[in-house]
Amino acid sequence: MTRDIFQPSGQIQFGIFFQGVNSGTIWKAAESGSQTDFESFRRLVQTAERGKFAAFFLGEGLRLREHLGRPHALDVVGRPDAQTMLAALAAVTKNIGLVATQNTTYNDPADLAHRLSSLDLISGGRAAWNIVTTDNAWTGANFRRGGYLDHADRYKHAEAFVETAKRIWDSWETASGPARRVLHEGQHYTVDVKPLLPRSAQYRPVLFQAGDSPEGRDFAARQADVIFSAHPKFDDAVEFRRDIVARSIAAGRGANAVQIMPASEFILAATDQEAREKKDWVRSLQIGPQQAIAYLEQFWGRELSSYDPDGPLPEIDPVVEETSETRGSGFHGAKARQLADQWRAEAKDKGLSIRQFVTSKTARIDATFTGSYTAVADHLAEYARVGAVDGFNISPWLVPTGLDDIVNHLVPELQERGVYPTEYRGTTLRENLGLETPVRSTESVRVP
Amino acid sequence: MTSSEENRAGFLAIELDGAGYENLAAAVLAAESAGFHVATFKDTPEAGRANALQRAAFAGPVTRTIAVVPEVDTVYTEPFHVSTQLASLDYVSGGRAGWIVTAAESPEAAAAVGRSFVQGGALTQEAAASIEVSRRLWDSWEDDAVIRDVATGRYIDVDKLHYADFETPADFTGPAYSVKGPSIIPRPLQGQLPVLAAASLVGEGLVPAEAVDAVLVTAPTPELLSAEIRDVRARLGASVAVVAELDVVLDARGQAAESRVVTSRQSGLARFVGSAAGLTELLDSLLQEADGVRLHPADLSVELDELSRVVLPELRRRGSLRAPLQDGTFRELLGLAPAENRYATTASGSGK
Repeated sequence: MTRDIFQPSGQIQFGIFFQGVNSGTIWKAAESGSQTDFESFRRLVQTAERGKFAAFFLGEGLRLREHLGRPHALDVVGRPDAQTMLAALAAVTKNIGLVATQNTTYNDPADLAHRLSSLDLISGGRAAWNIVTTDNAWTGANFRRGGYLDHADRYKHAEAFVETAKRIWDSWETASGPARRVLHEGQHYTVDVKPLLPRSAQYRPVLFQAGDSPEGRDFAARQADVIFSAHPKFDDAVEFRRDIVARSIAAGRGANAVQIMPASEFILAATDQEAREKKDWVRSLQIGPQQAIAYLEQFWGRELSSYDPDGPLPEIDPVVEETSETRGSGFHGAKARQLADQWRAEAKDKGLSIRQFVTSKTARIDATFTGSYTAVADHLAEYARVGAVDGFNISPWLVPTGLDDIVNHLVPELQERGVYPTEYRGTTLRENLGLETPVRSTESVRVP
Repeated sequence: MTSSEENRAGFLAIELDGAGYENLAAAVLAAESAGFHVATFKDTPEAGRANALQRAAFAGPVTRTIAVVPEVDTVYTEPFHVSTQLASLDYVSGGRAGWIVTAAESPEAAAAVGRSFVQGGALTQEAAASIEVSRRLWDSWEDDAVIRDVATGRYIDVDKLHYADFETPADFTGPAYSVKGPSIIPRPLQGQLPVLAAASLVGEGLVPAEAVDAVLVTAPTPELLSAEIRDVRARLGASVAVVAELDVVLDARGQAAESRVVTSRQSGLARFVGSAAGLTELLDSLLQEADGVRLHPADLSVELDELSRVVLPELRRRGSLRAPLQDGTFRELLGLAPAENRYATTASGSGK
């Protein structure tokens, strides 16, 4: 029965979510480096490892964001393929987990499972897969199959995909084989494969998942080891934990089976006052005047360059019925005119200029921890004490030095408070996260 | 070859499949220290073989001069992913990446991804299409697309990004497809990665010679290699570099090469079996004909030892081997001119 009662570990861990692109990453500061040079990645991942970070995450690019029908020009853009970069980083690190965001729509299960196994073996059991789904035809234009998946089907499709991948990772009888054949016949693809690779030192790649809808949460509760959540605020995090514990138990897994690491951003300094000033500086560089106008243009569907970024929101109405899917944002499908009315009212209400309003919409407001090293450490220790989260997935706003103050100042404060690891527990990601080794299923087809 | 003729200096490549994934760093460093110019990574499906592109990526940051060149299939893979993975390999290796194009011929590879089995002429169509997609996507960012212009707030100059707009040709046998672009990663450090393929895939009615930078040439025996190299050169023209393929079994550690042959696999490549001195002579003569030779050691750790102790030093002494490139690219090793960008909007030749 204790399996059904959540036990806080009393610890938190850090991961780094290297975005490198979009408005969160500052490119206008003197310290802004390249987000594509290998040396930037080496410096960041080695800093993270010095700070005993559990994992290094990379996002996935499938199509460049567009603005009014052309690639978006104002934010950082361009990033490497996740698994290729992580395989290279495996050569210059020893303990940190290597997490590749990979979609289930424009990959094949047998191929993706094979490549993730490769990364897991090459890195000595440090690989993980951050499972994402995508469905729009605009992204599909870069792929053989084009856009083939209905929005409503994406989780069904993703779950069949993940289960097929798990069966592939389960297929070797022992560490040296032989492999069982894996067959799957689904609505969107068929798989018939005799897997080539053995289990890794951590059995199989760790699974992360980020879906937040009720459907996405249930999917995670059934399939994932860790949820990359969107709920970093304390009360929200506690509530999200409660919800996930309930869903995990309902899915037949233990209360502690699924860990939670929310996305976050840290703006730190020696004093709270300095940190607040730093935050103003960071925000002003994340959303410049041109970016503020461009942001509205994406929803208005028309040029708004004659508007003053420091003035009120445009009185003219959007020219499109629906907002463009090319942003790939949560606003997809919202009625543009309705949204514009709502935003104008909201900005007027709060007395916000275009730039202030866009900053409030785009900055990771809830996900930002701002303050002195000691104050933020005290706050995070509270998360550890109640078990609100298992860790934080930190997106640095500066490349490649964006983790320096966290590792140099915040981590020691947390270690002093006894809520953060002082050493890696083991060499695999699964060990370092304290996850249980999966139980091998027996459902695959035996080779005749 | 008489000593009065000028000695051509070529390069040597070594297939590192024998290192697996566990001894990869040590093996690629040993190959680099021995003076090999290129390390290649096999990717045909075999139990225990990890993804070649990832093994090459792992090898990138631990080495300085050796080119890292994986096989990547073109038939059952997603061309957009292949292109961005290879471009990323170029970044992690500092411009030392290349691509050995393969066209999987196994029904198992088709079944794994639920596709119809592709064979015959359709294979080279798939390969040609995938190469074209990669090349267009590599060019889809001009070299100076990232401008970081604070005054105008523009990170990139949108005019220097281009849609690839690839479509399979009308006579394409397989399911038609298109790729929009641009790439998700800026232009590779080399502009265009060198593309290699088996000579049997390249030529009229196959993958066009213009699509590749080098071909891998094989023959039933070492004696027949020189003639085959000349034939291929005559068939494909001077713009395509030629790399001879050679299986190698050497006398080593007190064992005669002949006694070790049985333990090595049949590959269909020309095979040299004998002493290090004999191999040195063979390579010396092959390097007068070919731009480079790729060696497939019977047992990587055994042969690599003999190669680095005896064969490569002697070839270097004779002037038959090119010096390793310090901070050079794989293109430079192959003697390729800087890659022009097909979409370049600026007429100036600066940096070209």
